[in-house]
Amino acid sequence: MSQAVPTGVPVLALKGVNKSFGAVRALRDVSLELFPGEAHALAGENGAGKSTLIKTLAGVHRPDSGQVLLDGAPVVFHGPADARDAGIAVIYQEPTLFPDLSIAENIFMGRQPRRRLGRIDHKAVRAATAALMGRLGVALDPDRPARGLSIADQQIVEIAKALSFDARVLIMDEPTAALTGSETARLFSVVEALRAEGAAVLFISHRLEEIFRLCQRVTTLRDGRWVASEPLAGLTEDDLVRRMVGRDLDELYPKQDTRVGETALSVRRLTREGVFRDVSFDVRRGEIVALAGLVGAGRTEVAQATFGVDRADAGEVRVGGKPLRPGSPSAAMAAGLALVPEDRRQRGLVMEMSIERNIGLTGLDRISGKGLVKRALERGRAADWAVRLRLKYGRLSDQVGVLSGGNQQKVVLAKWLATDPAVLIVDEPTRGIDVGTKAEVHRLLSSLAAEGLAVLMISSDLPEVLGMADRVLVMHEGRLVAELPRAEATEESVMAAATGRTGEGRAAA
Amino acid sequence: MRLLRTGLRWDTAVGVLLVAVFVTGLGTTDGFASRDNLAFAFNDIAEVALMALPMTLLVVAGQVDLSVASMLGLSSALTGQLWDSGWAFETIVPVVLLVGVAGGLLNGWLVTKVGLPSLAVTIGTLALYRGLASVVLGSNAITDFPENYAAWAVDTTTVPGTFITYPVALFIVLAVVAAVVLHATGLGRSLFAIGAQEDAAYYAGIRVGRIKLALFVVTGLVSAFAGVVFTLRYGSARADNGQGFEMLVIASVLLGGIDFDGGKGTLFGAVAGVLLIGVLKNLLTLNDVANEVQVIVTGLLLVASVLTPRLISTVGEWRHRRAAATSSN
Repeated sequence: MSQAVPTGVPVLALKGVNKSFGAVRALRDVSLELFPGEAHALAGENGAGKSTLIKTLAGVHRPDSGQVLLDGAPVVFHGPADARDAGIAVIYQEPTLFPDLSIAENIFMGRQPRRRLGRIDHKAVRAATAALMGRLGVALDPDRPARGLSIADQQIVEIAKALSFDARVLIMDEPTAALTGSETARLFSVVEALRAEGAAVLFISHRLEEIFRLCQRVTTLRDGRWVASEPLAGLTEDDLVRRMVGRDLDELYPKQDTRVGETALSVRRLTREGVFRDVSFDVRRGEIVALAGLVGAGRTEVAQATFGVDRADAGEVRVGGKPLRPGSPSAAMAAGLALVPEDRRQRGLVMEMSIERNIGLTGLDRISGKGLVKRALERGRAADWAVRLRLKYGRLSDQVGVLSGGNQQKVVLAKWLATDPAVLIVDEPTRGIDVGTKAEVHRLLSSLAAEGLAVLMISSDLPEVLGMADRVLVMHEGRLVAELPRAEATEESVMAAATGRTGEGRAAA
Repeated sequence: MRLLRTGLRWDTAVGVLLVAVFVTGLGTTDGFASRDNLAFAFNDIAEVALMALPMTLLVVAGQVDLSVASMLGLSSALTGQLWDSGWAFETIVPVVLLVGVAGGLLNGWLVTKVGLPSLAVTIGTLALYRGLASVVLGSNAITDFPENYAAWAVDTTTVPGTFITYPVALFIVLAVVAAVVLHATGLGRSLFAIGAQEDAAYYAGIRVGRIKLALFVVTGLVSAFAGVVFTLRYGSARADNGQGFEMLVIASVLLGGIDFDGGKGTLFGAVAGVLLIGVLKNLLTLNDVANEVQVIVTGLLLVASVLTPRLISTVGEWRHRRAAATSSN
């Protein structure tokens, strides 16, 4: 990490690029230089223009004005294939492999070496794949089908595929979002190996510590504008956040003290065979209860069974003391439950519907009179919450799909808060959203709890769990293994319980 | 160009095309504008038009029912057989409609409870219902329906002073109802949500299964009713009545700009689509164009309807790109 500003010709660069979508100016006069052998971070809040920039480099978007420079010479990419042929590879957060093909077949899809009579030379494909894996220092069997590979392994396959195209520039769009700590470490060592071979890496992550660990330089965008390109050495995380949000950040975890009221949600011996067993807990009014645990511990499934989108095999859910009819989201809503699901794009929102219609969807009877939807009520419901959550939007009739991730999440929150719930279940409420919006969501949850809402928060973000929760429930392999009051919840105690090395905290009721 | 990119919606375009074809017909084809011919032209597609209404709601919700024409045939065969056995017409109609409801329930149950895709389910029931029609009536034709009932369906009886026949009048009423449901009620909002993103609709507390089931039931009911209309209109009950109509129904709906992937479309578009197919068919017949050619024209129109919006967006993007390229120099 001792490099100063690199010299020489950047392998890939943007110069004064502008790009608009309708009235939205996604990029304004943005420049970026990627040098061989450097890992370069792209920082910015959601909606800052990172995705558009990546897609411009990848040949998906063409700039309205400005240039893309390859080895210093202007180029025009007419599509992703052009960019790929120029040696630019993009690894997305969730790779798209053919599940029924082997690793080797996925890598050489459509361009397998041939033997006579056009038969595929499987031996050569295997050997070439094994060589690529060797170069990456990863032990993956080329014959293994892609189905069943972890996301981390799938990313490695994508990187191998990029290498097989002789990629010189590797763009990684939030590759670590779904990885565990050790998987991230392996990914980083692969990136280091590529960098040593002279490849340029553009790395996008919301996790600042990863940026500092992996990269030498950083370019920051804010509201579609270029803010700075500079070496990371000498910067602090606070410096970077300030560049991203353009102001000093309010406290990230603005936890208010609240008065805890009566029990709002009570879950008893809830069981779904093979997924989770015998889960019992209470959430009281005014309380934020975090449900922590490793990915796959069954937290999301507990939330879904509680809300009724999944059926439980046994157990009971009570809301405000009254038993809830199982397996019915509409009954759960009528009882005052709300669930902000983890998968915003599939489950949280109808992406091609407008903001106002998405918010109206949870209260169709409330915005209707005599069976007909009253447009004024529909718009009013959306407008109220848009203002209250400080949603950034053009018009309420715009599709939610055009909003940034953080603003989409606000629409999901709006849609559920508009039902005036007694219990709000939020599943990974701040995953994949920028620091600024994250702080806003935390402030919102905190003030809602202070007003008497019962909040159950599932989160894999430990600082968030520790910063926001009054109590922490920890799940391990489908069981509730610990309940820690705020004072006893530490990174160590929660992780110990989550990984099954329990002993700390008292066992749950 | 701006008009093409943003202003002109597909359903409006089909409406404009319909008017254009209509006006062309007035100018070029003798007898097209006569009250008798217009009554005939629209009555001739009454069953397809009726079935296109619930089909529009289904397709918006991301579903499809290919068994509609077979249900029409089953209803026709049943009407004939029961009439032949001496039942009163007033008893036959409710019985036949109940059979339509039962057929819709079967489709809906297989889709919502068993979890099969509607395309697969209704390919199956397309064969099943047509097969049942043959079981009921074999290759017989029942033709001795009394004048007083037939009069309600034929094109020589119109709402006084207009060229609107009673089946078409019913279509108009139901079209208004369907338009209100689709575009102005919570149920309509739900249909769009289910079609665009079923998971998100379900997570928002929308009773997805119940709504889909109801749609299939309504479709079965309307199809069975269309079978009664068809039988009276031709004065003939046969098991193979309306064979292939499912394609005409779906063609009309797609031509009207309802997205086969669900979640998009307007009822106005579907109505324009079905009327366009009716008017074209009539014009081609009046100009002595062979039936085979008519089928080809319908097919081409359908392909064009799927292709044109894509073409427009491609051309728009190309012009946009060119404009951007010149401005950056």
